[in-house]
Amino acid sequence: MQVKAAARTVPPHRSPPERRTRPRRTPARARRWTSRKAQGLAYAAPTAVFVTVFFVLPLLLVGQMSLSDWPLLTGDRGVNAPENYTDAADSTLFWPAVRFTLLYTVIVTVVLLALALLLALLVQEFRPGSGFFRTVYFLPSALGLASASLLFWGLYSPTTGPLSSILESLGLVDDPVSFLGTSTSALLSTVFLIVWKFAGFYMLILLVGLQRIPHEVFEAARMDGASRGQIFRSITLPLLRPSLALCLLLCVTGSLLAFDQFFILTKGGPDNSTVTVVQLIYREAFQRLNLGTAAALSIIVLAVLLLLNVLQFRGLRRADES
Amino acid sequence: MSLMRGGTTVLSRALGRTPYYVVAGGLAVIFLFPLVWNAWASVSGQPGTAQESGHGLGNYRTLLDYDAGLWRYLLNSTVVSALTVALTLGVSLLGGYAFARFDFPGKNLLFLLTLAILMVPYATLLIPLYVLLGRLHLQNSLVGLSLVLAMFQLPFATFMMRISFEAVPRELEESALVDGCGTAGALRRVLLPAVRPGLITVGLFAFLAAWNDFIAPLILISDSEKAPLPLAVANLRQQSMGAVDYGATEAGVVVLAVPCLLLFLLLQRHYIRGFMSGALKG
Repeated sequence: MQVKAAARTVPPHRSPPERRTRPRRTPARARRWTSRKAQGLAYAAPTAVFVTVFFVLPLLLVGQMSLSDWPLLTGDRGVNAPENYTDAADSTLFWPAVRFTLLYTVIVTVVLLALALLLALLVQEFRPGSGFFRTVYFLPSALGLASASLLFWGLYSPTTGPLSSILESLGLVDDPVSFLGTSTSALLSTVFLIVWKFAGFYMLILLVGLQRIPHEVFEAARMDGASRGQIFRSITLPLLRPSLALCLLLCVTGSLLAFDQFFILTKGGPDNSTVTVVQLIYREAFQRLNLGTAAALSIIVLAVLLLLNVLQFRGLRRADES
Repeated sequence: MSLMRGGTTVLSRALGRTPYYVVAGGLAVIFLFPLVWNAWASVSGQPGTAQESGHGLGNYRTLLDYDAGLWRYLLNSTVVSALTVALTLGVSLLGGYAFARFDFPGKNLLFLLTLAILMVPYATLLIPLYVLLGRLHLQNSLVGLSLVLAMFQLPFATFMMRISFEAVPRELEESALVDGCGTAGALRRVLLPAVRPGLITVGLFAFLAAWNDFIAPLILISDSEKAPLPLAVANLRQQSMGAVDYGATEAGVVVLAVPCLLLFLLLQRHYIRGFMSGALKG
């Protein structure tokens, strides 16, 4: 103990060079500056390696692949541009998949955000039980999307699923419902799964936004005799716009890239009526074994997403300013 | 009088609240029903499953024996999740420290590039990553899969760790440096405890993402022996020709869901910090 205490008062043996030799001030400082620079680079190096190898390189590679004849089994067979892009657009499934993905995105976004807003308003104020409700609404979000899709695949099953008999006993339907049998029912069943799975997630984002609104604003409005509807329309909604915009961005992006739920629940059926764009990429690459066309599709998706992100970020910034 | 008045206000308040509890409670039932039903169905008898009648663990026994066996798939999932969490924590801890406390050439470019991962769709990167991992001899490997999953976690993790480090007072670190610690010593002894909450949040998000991911292993893992659990359960469902084993699938969903639900309930506070931080705005 004594030795240690003594050592602390004496300059340590491995003191930095500038302290031991004490040269003129500027070079020492400069050296310390460069050494901090070098240390910063060293700490950032793993991030730089990761980002370069697993993000920048693949991004360049997908560009090259989209311009090349690139079968899965043989690899690169040289440039064939723009054949992959024309092939992708000429595929009979391309436009139906684009149309379906857009339709799905619109329906999911509207239903999901409306419900998330309702949930957030329901659990916003403290009442007995509101914490319990918050947790319950959020629980499905802790599940994985693939797990939730597998769960609903059983739930919707015509043989063992409980939903048909529940609906029948409530007198809502007469015959067993085929939840995944027609293109419309398959779409709506998937929307229900996604709303169930993600409503709590978006509720949480909106809840954080609601809590950022100062309490006095609501109180002042109430003092002035504003009704609940008025408060919601002229205070809550406008002040919640940044959070709503963030939800919109996440929800639209996520829905445009939908894959797991359709791959597991509908397998793209019936009759390829629920094939999304990302499923098309997967089919092109691993069923038709054509990585070049899959890469071209990937680039198209990337371009659309980037455009959308730029537009929505602009909206988000405007919402932040106001 | 006053008692009665008190009584009526309590009563009217309770009545005024009833619609709230009807709506909130009804929604709670809808949200809980699929989870409860699935857990119940996994131990209930169904024709065409290992649990023909009565209640029991027959479906779980099917899962234990399926192909390479449940333990194998659980091990695969655990290895992938642990590696992803470790890689994400390690890289984002050092990276967050660098971005928060150091100036170095290319700092802003690197930070922007890291965040840009969020702008690029998952599916766009998986096709070239499939080829790239092949060149690195990491195709069909759990290590390769973990590296990819960790990369997708980096935008959130790096942002989260950067703001965690920025929230620590500079004096704390400077006093450690004056005491003769190097920056590595200051990081280990002084800063690490201070940013631990951020690390827990990052680790939790990385675990949930890695444990649950489906499309990355679907594309990057071709050997069914190496499949993580979500992929194995989805395969189990597809491979049973004609007759579909719903019971085993339900049991698989329970095994998949329980760790996530438990972790979330235990670490709720840390999960919600991820939302509060604004890191999701990326």
